Amino acid sequence: MARLRAAGRKALIPYITAGDPEPVATVPMMHALVEAGADVIELGVPFSDPMADGPVIQAACERALAHGTALHDVLDMVRRFRERDADTPVVLMGYLNPVEVMGYTTFARTAAAVGVDGVLTVDMPPEEAHELVRALRAHELDPIFLVAPTSDRRRIEAIAAAASGFLYYVSLKGVTGADALDVDAVARKLEEVRAVTDLPVGVGFGISDAARAAAVSVVADAVVVGSALVRRIAEHAQEPAAAREAVGGLLRAMRQAMDAAVHPAETARS
Amino acid sequence: MQNSNDETLTRMPDAAGHYGPYGGRFVAETLMEPLLELTEAWERFRGDPEFLAELEADLRDYVGRPSPLYHAERWSRELGGAQIFLKREDLNHTGAHKVNNTVGQALLARRMGKRRIIAETGAGQHGVATATVAARMGLECVVYMGAEDIQRQAPNVYRMRLLGAEVVPVTSGSRTLKDALNEAMRDWVTHVDDTFYIIGTVAGPHPYPAMVRDFQAVIGRETREQILQRAGRLPDALVACVGGGSNAMGLFYPFLEDRDVRLIGVEAAGLGLETGKHSAPLCAGKPGVLHGNRTYLMEDGDGQIIETHSISAGLDYPGVGPEHAWLKDIGRAEYVAVTDEEALAGFHRLTRTEGIIPALESSHALAYAEKLAPRMDRDAIVVVNLSGRGDKDLNTVARIDGIAL
Repeated sequence: MARLRAAGRKALIPYITAGDPEPVATVPMMHALVEAGADVIELGVPFSDPMADGPVIQAACERALAHGTALHDVLDMVRRFRERDADTPVVLMGYLNPVEVMGYTTFARTAAAVGVDGVLTVDMPPEEAHELVRALRAHELDPIFLVAPTSDRRRIEAIAAAASGFLYYVSLKGVTGADALDVDAVARKLEEVRAVTDLPVGVGFGISDAARAAAVSVVADAVVVGSALVRRIAEHAQEPAAAREAVGGLLRAMRQAMDAAVHPAETARS
Repeated sequence: MQNSNDETLTRMPDAAGHYGPYGGRFVAETLMEPLLELTEAWERFRGDPEFLAELEADLRDYVGRPSPLYHAERWSRELGGAQIFLKREDLNHTGAHKVNNTVGQALLARRMGKRRIIAETGAGQHGVATATVAARMGLECVVYMGAEDIQRQAPNVYRMRLLGAEVVPVTSGSRTLKDALNEAMRDWVTHVDDTFYIIGTVAGPHPYPAMVRDFQAVIGRETREQILQRAGRLPDALVACVGGGSNAMGLFYPFLEDRDVRLIGVEAAGLGLETGKHSAPLCAGKPGVLHGNRTYLMEDGDGQIIETHSISAGLDYPGVGPEHAWLKDIGRAEYVAVTDEEALAGFHRLTRTEGIIPALESSHALAYAEKLAPRMDRDAIVVVNLSGRGDKDLNTVARIDGIAL
């Protein structure tokens, strides 16, 4: 992320739920995401009770769990992804309980061994995260944390102190896939965040099309897109190739719009 | 455990809501600030004489407190052992202990300037108790309820609608209480500015487990006073059913430091603990994190929450309040489980011997008292929390008896 920032390029971070619509689709989809311009992949670990997610990702979790996709399966998908892609960073995003059951140390050791780069547990604020953060850092994994519109300066400082890699700014009060993005409000909050930390800031929740991705990329270091991709995967649940094409199409459109928004002159020349 | 530790029993949780390794605040960042704001408000008002006077007046004049402590003489005689007293929470307005908490949280919501109330409900008792106080205060009220439960509990759904609440069916996951809780959390995160979330049990992120316990502790305070007046001494055992655990925690809390009083929580063994079809995380589950707190859970080997079963919708929940988890681990409270069948037998026996139709939830506590009392002396005293009345369960019981109402 720091490298991208130095190059003046904004990162595009697609999210998919591992095992959705079935486990064999995930690794090919991850490669398709990279081909379409993903700089980092956020791989969702399915959970039975995804409290912070909207209906689209809830349904993805249910599809993945119907195939029994467990945390160790997700780690195995990363291992297989790494056979062909050693570079693209992979961040696991999920809820705490599967990690608790596996055990922090076993999880961190295995995740590092298969090539995971960062871990975001959405229902674990920094106050509760000391032990997990210690385990992750011991294996050179980045603990990624959320910052929200409701986080005050004191909280942003605590979050930045616990985090490495990047911060994930939740663009709105709501769940994933909500439709209430206010880019000006995001820009104002990111100023607050940047007054506190030098960590790159990714923005997600509610970024559903190229125009919104472009608008957010002007103020953020990275754009996270999840529900919009997962919806396309659901629409093509029976046809994995068509799903990859649909997802890739949206990502490419976002990539193009983001580059045009950030470097209008260069894009016009090219 | 040493005496010096006793006073720490009632000083739980710590500032961040921990009971030993349990409790805490495990929520997405967006909810942290609202939870801190709520914690601050609750800490301010729990010691505010004006707030407490208002709460006391509402509990007296609107809920009908104090609830009686009734000596079930005939039932005790038939069992041939300890004298059983029933704490009559079934006589409260709306027919269960749930209203003690909703009255308190609604007063808090008003002090905090929130205009909109949301709640989750399983059997509908907490939803009704919430819709009731919202109607009285003129607050907008939305209740999330599993689509499955809406089918099973039609009378309570109608009750809530009569009271002016919007009942939203939840169709995700297992379509029951745990999914309703997820959905209520999603609503709260979307409307944090004007909405107060009234959680119905001693679970969820801090401050809910402690706050709900404090509002329910009126049960134990009254019981203590009433039994001292009647018998001149404290009871030998307290028995209460445990789903999330609010009626049990409310009864137990004022007795935590009285080491000679056994505290017994009764979970739902459903079809039997060995079948896996039950709702008994303390007896047969493992610690994990769900719905904002670390506690005992019903989960599979991968950490996914599994479906629970109980004849009583109010106990049909895969988690339990974190303070119960802690009381279990330190050995201060005992947790047992009784099956659907045993609970049903308890339901019928109390109805026929004492003329009191208990809720199926409370019937679990009654069923355990039937095992416990005969093993005790005749001058021993057992208090059972009769947490709710059984009118809402008539359809369920009739169906089991093969009768269509």
